[in-house]
Amino acid sequence: MSTENVIEVKNLTMEYSTRKGNVSAVDNVSFSIKRGQALGLVGESGCGKTSIAKSLLKLLPDNAMIQQGQIVLNGKDMVPLPEEEMRKHRWSEISMVFQAAMNAFNPVYTVGDQIIEAIETHLPDVSEKDARVKIENLFRMVGLAPEMVDRYPHEYSGGMRQRAVIAMALSCDPDIIIADEPTTALDVIVQDSILKEITTLQDRLNMSMVYISHDVAVIAEVSDRVGVMYAGRMVELADTEEIFIRPIHPYTYALMQSFPSVTGPKRELVALPGEPPDLLHPPKGCRFHPRCPNRIEKCDQEQPEWKDYGDNHFCACWNPMEIN
Amino acid sequence: MSNQPLIKVEGLRKLYPIDGGVFRKPSSFNHAVDGLNFEIGHGESLGLVGESGCGKSTTGKMLVKLFEPSDGSVKLQVGDSYINVSNIDRNSRKDFRRNVQMIFQDPYESMNPRMTIFDIVGEPLAVQDIGTISEREERVAEFLEMVGLTPASSFMFRYPHELSGGQRQRVAIARALVIEPAFVVADEPTSMLDVSIRTGVMKLMQDLAERLNVTYLYITHDLAVARYMCDRIAVMYLGKIVEIGPTEELLSNPRHPYTKALLSAVPIPDPRIKRDAVQIEGGISKAIDPQPQCRFYARCPIRDEHCKTHDHPPLEVKGNGMQVACYKVPVE
Ligand SMILES: Nc1ncnc2c1ncn2[C@@H]1O[C@H](COP(=O)(O)OP(=O)(O)O)[C@@H](O)[C@H]1O
Ligand SMILES: Nc1ncnc2c1ncn2[C@@H]1O[C@H](COP(=O)(O)OP(=O)(O)O)[C@@H](O)[C@H]1O
Ligand code: SF4
Ligand code: SF4
Ligand SMILES: [Mg+2]
Ligand SMILES: [Mg+2]
Repeated sequence: MSTENVIEVKNLTMEYSTRKGNVSAVDNVSFSIKRGQALGLVGESGCGKTSIAKSLLKLLPDNAMIQQGQIVLNGKDMVPLPEEEMRKHRWSEISMVFQAAMNAFNPVYTVGDQIIEAIETHLPDVSEKDARVKIENLFRMVGLAPEMVDRYPHEYSGGMRQRAVIAMALSCDPDIIIADEPTTALDVIVQDSILKEITTLQDRLNMSMVYISHDVAVIAEVSDRVGVMYAGRMVELADTEEIFIRPIHPYTYALMQSFPSVTGPKRELVALPGEPPDLLHPPKGCRFHPRCPNRIEKCDQEQPEWKDYGDNHFCACWNPMEIN
Repeated sequence: MSNQPLIKVEGLRKLYPIDGGVFRKPSSFNHAVDGLNFEIGHGESLGLVGESGCGKSTTGKMLVKLFEPSDGSVKLQVGDSYINVSNIDRNSRKDFRRNVQMIFQDPYESMNPRMTIFDIVGEPLAVQDIGTISEREERVAEFLEMVGLTPASSFMFRYPHELSGGQRQRVAIARALVIEPAFVVADEPTSMLDVSIRTGVMKLMQDLAERLNVTYLYITHDLAVARYMCDRIAVMYLGKIVEIGPTEELLSNPRHPYTKALLSAVPIPDPRIKRDAVQIEGGISKAIDPQPQCRFYARCPIRDEHCKTHDHPPLEVKGNGMQVACYKVPVE
């Protein structure tokens, strides 16, 4: 891993406008990722993970607006770029693997033709013949038989399709890949092989990655660094071992206490009261305050500051967990 | 309580025809559930785990009589005797309905969107003709409070779409338990819920089971959840139980090669622990007209000639209360 940041996200704030008002989906989120590093974004549904992923790729729906912030990719801010400019960066610098792999391919073309088209669009110097060789190599890399290149999407099982999506995401040699719940719909044994594939390739190609999941255990396995999201805000960010051993934010702590494991001693699971807030009307002050066991007076008034706890460990909380 | 099991399942099978149709006899069958034998004791929670398509839901639905078995039987103890679930006479039907309920994965799909929460939770009481309207109202309120929907009065006359996923699953639990059934099949009841909400619902189901002496068949694809919810676990692979026994023993000392593979594939929420490589070949399919050989043969890392030329191995006691269906697992 080098010290160079492939991507730097600074104070990203994004809202959706709806008939009922504005949804504050991403509020003042900052992080950066070094070359070869994998950042895991973890949090429950509706906390803004996919909104961040789509912002990074600038694949936002029409009702979404980036209010504030920068997304600096290889030294250049993507936020002000018009779509035709952005297209030059997508796939070749930043690409994605989404959960809805079922819909990633057009059913009437072979998977190979669709990937070749992506390569030809983004890497115009590559000939069709070279593109084909490249795809076959990619297929081998992700554990698909090269013959599958000429098959149609419906001839793929769920796990195979997800592998093909990964091959497509890698086809234009991106610097960073955004994987949004890529294994969520899959059974554990298939999930395991896809996770292995992704982490091996990421390592081998020295690629950076944002890996998004609601699953604390998957995040523990794939990430070098972890950002915990709650209700549109990042509440804690640290290296993976550090955050699992020394969670500072009460929500991070609760998330880990409520997550069951098949191995190790059988811990008592601790349930959190209540549910995440509606982001049309997020709570004032700290957004976690209605559910927080550590809550103090000012929590429902003042938004906690993003504080540096040393060792590259950051957290936003007025009354963090005991640190020892 | 009695020493005899509440549920006895014998030779239970469900074959789904693959082709055929109105005029043609099907010539091919998917052996979705293929000869299950197990018992569930009073107040016990038995987990049914395995990958999607292995036959968990089909089994659960046969136990509550939503599906009829192709073969075999399910028996439920009522009083001192057993009623045969698939061969119920009129009198026993009411006993059966009174004692057996099901909770589904997606509470929204199992609720009529035009019914109020009171109507939904009170329906089993109305069907069973239990109490007057005001008695029912009282009882529904009591159960809503019990599942944590407080104050009950603020939920009674709302509609399912006005509640969150976690709240709806609590409604489904109240509905299943309001007639105090002896037996509940819960099919992935928490797998659509987020962790921080899921834990609360899991604890609720445990508390209520204890309070009301409910017996569960708890279906889940998540072994970590099964660890917390079940006294015993049965692992299914393509229509067969391949291993069954006490939860901690099964998880800490799996014997069947499929159980081993399944367990080693579960991610661990501790970055300091590295899992062993998963030992399994190929992918899952369906048991369509299966060969007379071990169902796991094609994917088994330790198979040999014997497994290939002999019928699927029987479930046998191997030690420490574990029953395993594998020729190569020694009796201890
Ligand atoms: N297209 C949209 N229009 C309006 N609100 C949206 C849209 N997409 C997502 N949201 C809302 O934004 C918030 C964050 O959603 P999302 O980023 O999808 O979260 P996650 O991926 O963590 O589940 C949620 O409150 C969600 O309802
Ligand atoms: N109603 C049905 N008609 C035909 N086949 C079915 C039906 N329900 C399930 N199956 C098939 O039976 C097998 C077992 O399915 P199921 O019981 O749903 O498994 P699980 O709940 O473990 O995912 C699968 O091969 C599935 O495709
Ligand atoms: S700021 Fe206050 S309410 Fe928010 S997490 Fe910290 S202690 Fe809890
Ligand atoms: S019987 Fe043979 S093929 Fe089947 S699980 Fe045992 S070793 Fe594997
Ligand atoms: Mg999402
Ligand atoms: Mg099922």
